[in-house]
Amino acid sequence: MKLREVAELVEARFLAGGDLAEREVSTAFAADLLSDVLAMVREEGVLLITGTVTSQVVRVAEVMSLAAVLFVRGKLPAKPIVDYAAQAGIPLLATSRTMYEACGLLWTRGLPPAKRKPLPFEHERSSSPPT
Amino acid sequence: MKLAEVAEELGFEFLVRARPEVEVTDGYVSDLLSDVLAHAEPGELWLTHQRHLNVVAVAKLRELSGVVFVRGLRPGPEVVRKAREEGVNLLVSPAEAFHTAGRLHKLLFP
Amino acid sequence: MSGPAPLQHRAVFLVVGLDLERAGAVSTEVQRVLRRLGIEPEVVRRAGIVCFEGEMNMVLYTPGGRVILLVYDDRVELIFSDQGPGIPDVELARQPGYSTAPVWAREMGFGAGMGLPNMEANADHLEIRSRPGEGTVIRAVIRRRRDEVSGGGGGAGV
Repeated sequence: MKLREVAELVEARFLAGGDLAEREVSTAFAADLLSDVLAMVREEGVLLITGTVTSQVVRVAEVMSLAAVLFVRGKLPAKPIVDYAAQAGIPLLATSRTMYEACGLLWTRGLPPAKRKPLPFEHERSSSPPT
Repeated sequence: MKLAEVAEELGFEFLVRARPEVEVTDGYVSDLLSDVLAHAEPGELWLTHQRHLNVVAVAKLRELSGVVFVRGLRPGPEVVRKAREEGVNLLVSPAEAFHTAGRLHKLLFP
Repeated sequence: MSGPAPLQHRAVFLVVGLDLERAGAVSTEVQRVLRRLGIEPEVVRRAGIVCFEGEMNMVLYTPGGRVILLVYDDRVELIFSDQGPGIPDVELARQPGYSTAPVWAREMGFGAGMGLPNMEANADHLEIRSRPGEGTVIRAVIRRRRDEVSGGGGGAGV
């Protein structure tokens, strides 16, 4: 799904990266807790749906090579955060819809959920390095 | 739709089955307690990653139809105990928040 | 663990405690350095995640510290050292879900008790040394598996 279509479906506007509206997002992941994003997302090209508007969101997006960030519940990040995202090439979108509505609309229209990464406690955790 | 039916349809497991007949009016996804306190509506089913004990108090205060922990997350025993005391429904969804919300949305508003 | 592989690059970054605006900046810079050195994308990604978690721990819980990046032929190492309060029970802190984070950190989206477990999940080796009242040193090793990387150019399989 293209970012342009995401924006249309959830009535979002681009805060940054409007020139990247044709970028494809492969899957989506929704969370306010960034530690969840850091722990769970394993692929690139993911659309992050979040109500957290701190500067760490953009840093996480950059570190994890996310495709874009969609801010929900009408929350807007401060201007320095938007400026940073613009120069880092991370599109930011904002909608006044709730996270639930955004997930509902995008999933119903065919955007798949991000593949989940197994958490360490689902496996035997090895404290020694593999050889 | 009643919570028990929603749970059946979407494969949620009940951790605390306090009021399975309660009506689910809609959904709300959030990990921020303050946001839920301010914006969730009575009857909504709350999907969250947040497993803090205060989740139970917030759900009770906002008269939510229940709390669903997403991607198989399980709260600690004190959360379950408190929910039982307060009569708050607790459930677990094996799918992540995006997927769980998508399916709930489609189920309630096909 | 520390084989004879030669050191390719060394860099030191400062982390300022409680500076939430800048939190994460070291991680993005570390990734930039690794990319410039031509390190495999998967290693860059894992190092970025490990670094972000380590950096956030420092920002949330300590007055600050530093991150040392060491790049070897066969691995990337990240060493986090701080002068914070230390971790009284390291084994407990490694448990997923264990957290001492204050409410404000949780509201910011951190402190869910997944930091150390996630560092462990993304590193091949993680050592934690902590002394209450003095500080903590964490060493994370991410092995370079050039044989598993496709596309990145060069790197014949082993």
